[in-house]
Amino acid sequence: MTIDRKIVAGVVALALAGCFAPFLPAYPLTLLTQAVIVAILAMSLDVLLGYTGLPSLGHAAYFGVAAYAVGILATEHQVGLAGCLVAGLLLATATAAVFGLLAIRATGTYFLMITLALGMVVWGLAFRWVSMTKGDNGIAGVPRPEWALPWSLAAPLPFFYFVLVAAGLAWAAMGVLVRSPFGLGLKGIRESESRMRALGYNVWLHKYLAFVISGFFAGFAGALWAYYNGFVGPVDVQLVTSVETLLMVALGGPGTLAGPALGAAVIVFLKNFVSVYTKRWLLILGAVYIGVILWAPRGVLGAFSRNR
Amino acid sequence: MKRIEIKTLAVVVLVAFVAALAAPVAAPAQSGPIRIGMLAPLTGPFAQIGKDMVNGAELYLDEIGRQVAGRKIDLIIEDDEGNPATALNKSRKLVEQDKVHILTGGLLANVGYALQPYIDGQKIPATYPIIAADDITQRKPAKWVVRTGWTTSQPMHPFADWVLKNTKYRKIVAIGMDYAFGYETIGGFQHTFEEGGGQIIQKIWTPLNTNDFAPFLAQIKREADAVLALMLGRLAVQFMKQYEESGLKSRLPLLGGGTTTDESALPGMGDEAIGTITALHYSQALDTPQNQKFAKAFEARAGKIASYYSEGCYTGVRWIAEAIKAIGGKVEDRDQLLAALRRVSIKDTARGPISVDQWGNPVQNIYVRRVEKVGGRLQNTVIATFPAVSQFWKYNPEEYLKQPLYTRDYPPCKHC
Repeated sequence: MTIDRKIVAGVVALALAGCFAPFLPAYPLTLLTQAVIVAILAMSLDVLLGYTGLPSLGHAAYFGVAAYAVGILATEHQVGLAGCLVAGLLLATATAAVFGLLAIRATGTYFLMITLALGMVVWGLAFRWVSMTKGDNGIAGVPRPEWALPWSLAAPLPFFYFVLVAAGLAWAAMGVLVRSPFGLGLKGIRESESRMRALGYNVWLHKYLAFVISGFFAGFAGALWAYYNGFVGPVDVQLVTSVETLLMVALGGPGTLAGPALGAAVIVFLKNFVSVYTKRWLLILGAVYIGVILWAPRGVLGAFSRNR
Repeated sequence: MKRIEIKTLAVVVLVAFVAALAAPVAAPAQSGPIRIGMLAPLTGPFAQIGKDMVNGAELYLDEIGRQVAGRKIDLIIEDDEGNPATALNKSRKLVEQDKVHILTGGLLANVGYALQPYIDGQKIPATYPIIAADDITQRKPAKWVVRTGWTTSQPMHPFADWVLKNTKYRKIVAIGMDYAFGYETIGGFQHTFEEGGGQIIQKIWTPLNTNDFAPFLAQIKREADAVLALMLGRLAVQFMKQYEESGLKSRLPLLGGGTTTDESALPGMGDEAIGTITALHYSQALDTPQNQKFAKAFEARAGKIASYYSEGCYTGVRWIAEAIKAIGGKVEDRDQLLAALRRVSIKDTARGPISVDQWGNPVQNIYVRRVEKVGGRLQNTVIATFPAVSQFWKYNPEEYLKQPLYTRDYPPCKHC
């Protein structure tokens, strides 16, 4: 029963966003698009952080790998949407699969440090492998995908709907995942790894799969991001991006998919609207975080759902 | 009970978010003020430079009473944090929400490259007063971008020529910051220098986050005649200090790219900087009435010495104003405005006469400057002037454009 209500709330939110979109001017609409894409990234991290209890500081790596794959394929080889998406997702998943092997053996702070280091490796590659990534200059002018339908994705509104549908699918997929027996297993590991092991669960495999799946969805967000921004650079894979994603999850409420999405929206809003009025927007963001940690340590949404 | 709240909360937040997004919609009138959108890094490691840029632009607008061709000018400044993704977002805000007629500003090369496709896509006339990355007006020019600043390698070709003709330095060790700006500065110098019979016998690249130059300075080959350094801001100050402490200064004269002794870093340096020779299209000590007037006014306004960043935006806004004047203030006609921007030619800017080539880069004087102490403070005394230098120096543009961009490995270090 409660599950149904959450789904209804999510669908209502998506539908509302879809209904409001045509009445928004171009700039707020692009910001809303950005918020939706970043929400996918935040939700993907939440599968790892909120449901499995593994705080990753290298999540920008999978996001960035997919973004770079799409950027390079779309600009230099004129590959279409399907090809770019498949390549981006495969590469992001493969990266997560390799990094997972190295990172999953650790927990807590050590996990944090290993994922941070692995993330820095990808950043270093983006910065230094100039023949492939164009280094610091980044890849500019990524064209929006061509589309067999009468409306072009180059316009903000069709692209917004495209992203909204994609986000809806990603949200649904992740929702099914965390409610499945596998997802319940993840929650069990979060609460007590030793007990799950004693019950006969393959804890390592559960954590590893969660890591890879999380990387897959981060890659999905990355591919959309490359199309949205038209630019991919080392800034997309740098530590700040990972940290910001982690903060979005913490702000919204780890262990709820809607929470990180809300956190993503709030941060995109703060970054782009409040910063117009004051240079001190980071101070405001800091105050928001402190407030959340003090009065709602389980995030904004977490505070409203006592019995999860 | 609690469950319902989640739903309500989600809806309330979404509505609030959408309402906030929709709120600042003001339909701008067709014939109101002319709106210029400017990007500058006002927070982060480049904030001081960003301030110089904004002060330069504001100073010129104040001098002309914030009015051109009978129309008021609104300068809308946004902070790009020196980050290309943020710069893209802020450009969208400036172009799509504030409906600016012209976009200007930006500091870093990656911001320049990131904005180009957006600017061309929106067909919004834009100028780059500072961003110097070579290819923006060479191999990857954007139709709607006019550069009012300079090209990284532009001062380095004549500078190498000057070194060959006026010094006995033939074997030079190059040490530069490890990114595109460093490669293009040192590459430009190497190109002309080696053509004229000089040799770059070593290239050392220092990471952007270097805190200690000692390990790099220790590598410098002993048979060198001089050292060519490309540093920026805080790193320039640090480098200069350690260059003397390591005992190299008394043995090897120091040459450099213009930013190594730019006025944005010079006040942080001590006597160890004296004697360093660099080249740039501007010097605060340039002895012309226009520059002295600008330099004094800037110092009075900002409380600090004018740098090339401040002059770049001062003259950059003047360039825009001249173009607006030329079309009688009809900035709504974007094609006309762009054409006018590409036709600007001013005889008496603070940095000297400027015009623009067909690729959209200024043709301007290049000054060879030596750091001296005058009246108790350091300055870049101009010791030679190359008039009307183009980004291609004396090379044929078509042939020049066929060679690759200067990078970490190009031109190759034949004499290393």
